Amino acid sequence: MSFTYATAKDSSVRDIDLTIEQGELCALVGANGSGKTTVCNIIRGFIPRFHTGEMSGQVLINGEDIKETNLGLLALQIGFVFQNPFVQISGSKDTVFEEVAFGLENLGVDVDIIRSRVEETLELIGIQHLRDSNPFDLSGGQKQRVAFASILAMDPPIFVIDEPTSQLDPQGTEDIFEIIKLLKNNGKTILLVEHKMELIAEYADHVVVLDDGALVMSGTTSEVFGSPELATHRVAYPQYAEAALGVRESGVPLARIAVTREEALADLTEAMHS
Amino acid sequence: MTSPALIRLDDVSFSYPNGHLALENVSLSFARGESVAIVGQNGAGKTSLAKLMNGLFKPSLGTVSVDDIETTKRTSAQVARQVGYVFQNPDDQIFHNDVYSEIEFGPKTLGITGDELEERVYAAAALTGVGPQLDENPYNLPFSTRKFVAIASTIAMGCDAFIFDEPTAGQDQSGMRTIGALIESLKDSGKTVITITHDMQFVVDNFDRVVVMANRRVVADADKRSIFWNLPVLEQANLKQPYLSELARDLGLGSDVLDLSEFVASFGAIRSRR
Repeated sequence: MSFTYATAKDSSVRDIDLTIEQGELCALVGANGSGKTTVCNIIRGFIPRFHTGEMSGQVLINGEDIKETNLGLLALQIGFVFQNPFVQISGSKDTVFEEVAFGLENLGVDVDIIRSRVEETLELIGIQHLRDSNPFDLSGGQKQRVAFASILAMDPPIFVIDEPTSQLDPQGTEDIFEIIKLLKNNGKTILLVEHKMELIAEYADHVVVLDDGALVMSGTTSEVFGSPELATHRVAYPQYAEAALGVRESGVPLARIAVTREEALADLTEAMHS
Repeated sequence: MTSPALIRLDDVSFSYPNGHLALENVSLSFARGESVAIVGQNGAGKTSLAKLMNGLFKPSLGTVSVDDIETTKRTSAQVARQVGYVFQNPDDQIFHNDVYSEIEFGPKTLGITGDELEERVYAAAALTGVGPQLDENPYNLPFSTRKFVAIASTIAMGCDAFIFDEPTAGQDQSGMRTIGALIESLKDSGKTVITITHDMQFVVDNFDRVVVMANRRVVADADKRSIFWNLPVLEQANLKQPYLSELARDLGLGSDVLDLSEFVASFGAIRSRR
């Protein structure tokens, strides 16, 4: 898959080969401008339909080329949570409840089902208390939760989530990751763009690194975050890997580079007593 | 604190016109040339505090003074010339069709023209790394770059103090470094820099003093080491220790580790003792 925006001289992404298995949580990481959002927009079908340009290659969902799929049907299959919650809020609804119901209404879902689905979603995201608030009166973090809820309510099998926690405090961030984990446990397939490497190391099955429009690394969290190559692609290590690398550099032998808190605790406890 | 306060809040409470109480009995002062991080959960009152200091809001009770003049005795525009506020959402403050005009707008309204105007635009662009984008339309730039455009246009105003609201949201490793460097540079030129953030690692890397807010109040105001090892305060504010501090605590490495070099040093010290 390659794509060059109509207004750009150079390609935004080139020769990307990527397979995401059903039920997998795949994290897309890379410096800003490396092509992460472009990949999300291609998978969601916004490219080349809304953002025009020159595209080659294809995207298959369950074996079907998305070029052949109507954008509305694609929306049923893929829930897209935007990077900037300020653009996701519809602007046409007066309350959070109505905002979260908006997508389902558009699909013509029965009113009683909408009501119960919205109730469940508000509870899951922890925003029941905001149900009557105007979406525009909310803080950045609250808007981000509402944006997430409005997609979750539609219950698509695939989620494309672009930096869902950029406006959230540490607790809110963990809450969102717990929801993402719940989605995964319910068999959803998830493509996640996120800069918080500690959380990716903890939750993702598969990490894909983009650098300047090319796919440069792909593997398990241990393979990617434990590799010295990562540093050459302008991506931060999880702090736990930093700790392991630092300790190893100080002359303490470590068999592997821990990437999660649990692994770091186990490895460093052992090394302390050796 | 030796230098006199530039911004001072005495027993300030603030309610929105709809009656929602956002801040209660807040007393704080910020000196010239000081850099301070404000942390706390979403909804703790951080953004309301920022808008009070910048004159957008006037206190319901108590006083806010900038340079010993109460903000109620001046217009919001007058206060904003001294205390620049960069919004959480850059799109709340970007209005022009190219980055150059956007950055130039603020100083122009102050009556600055000619060479000085040009110098200010280029200096602010250099500090924020948007120099190569001066001819571009801000809305063709990614969210993270638009944040830098918003920061540049506030810096170009030449205020005495700057308040950054969540500057690191959506930033990658290099964006984080740019923000760290620009805070350092503003501080070196005698500016006061107040930053609202959810990123504890960013606080460890760039600030000394930390103000913790919870439930509309200031619950702690001290150096970062005391704050990040004050577990009851962190719990009260629903915050977490930075990753390496937490790992050091779990490993029993003493109770003062903040960054990687300290982590590696205390690990080495404990290990050699065993």
